[in-house]
Amino acid sequence: MATIQQIGENEQHPDVALVNSARAGDVQAFETLVNKYDRQIFRIAQHITQNREDAQDIVQDAFLKAYEKLDQFQGNSKFYTWLVRIAVNESLMRLRKRRTGKMVSIDDDIETEEGSVPRDLADWSPNPEQNYSQAELAEILRKTIQGLPQGFRIVFVLRDVDGLSTEETAETLGLSVPAVKSRLLRARLQLRERLSRYFRKKKAGEK
Amino acid sequence: MTCTEFIALLDELIDDSLPAETRAQLQEHLSGCEHCEVTLSTTRKTIEIYRSHEVYDLPDTIRKRLHDAIIARCKHGC
Repeated sequence: MATIQQIGENEQHPDVALVNSARAGDVQAFETLVNKYDRQIFRIAQHITQNREDAQDIVQDAFLKAYEKLDQFQGNSKFYTWLVRIAVNESLMRLRKRRTGKMVSIDDDIETEEGSVPRDLADWSPNPEQNYSQAELAEILRKTIQGLPQGFRIVFVLRDVDGLSTEETAETLGLSVPAVKSRLLRARLQLRERLSRYFRKKKAGEK
Repeated sequence: MTCTEFIALLDELIDDSLPAETRAQLQEHLSGCEHCEVTLSTTRKTIEIYRSHEVYDLPDTIRKRLHDAIIARCKHGC
């Protein structure tokens, strides 16, 4: 089972005090939350929309929506997972607007068997990233993750990059825990397979 | 244990969430299967590399603009 961060009854997540102050009208407390989470929200939005301007708008819209709805925040989930849920919904809505008439959901394009069985079994160089400049590496990582089906990409980002638990990822995306687990495995294997093209050890004579 | 059975438990192994007995079975399979060894190490590396490199950075100037816009709206009751 995935590890769930248990917060004891008497322990409070530090965000709770900030949320309470913000509810009482302390805008500075809300600004602290913006500072703490804006990069992650931007990253999630950009992974879903694949569009920089949209992702920037979503950062703004998600935080404003959270601020408006602070009274509805129950406190039985973490503020961050609640905020991510808002940002995921805003991102999907924006995608729908872009592709007018086409429904967009996190279930898009997941009917693929690709990557469920490892094929590229060559080992990688000890530090494969050292063979590329920072800019080249960033481009490789971006291109590779962009090629994943949406429903796998977002699970990988929330679970592995953002560090949410399996249960939190399921709650945020409205998926079952088994669905998150199955997508995560396939996302990891597909990314591995695709990165292998760049990172595998070269055989003698290969460039 | 077959390679397919190993792959089905790969995530739990990476996330260190397996009972000791199952873990030992996987270790035993690994010691005799180079393919699964490579799959495990390169999948771990995949996760690590995405964790340690920011794929989409938010530049400070844009960050500041977004913050100012958010806070201004909050102050005026959204």
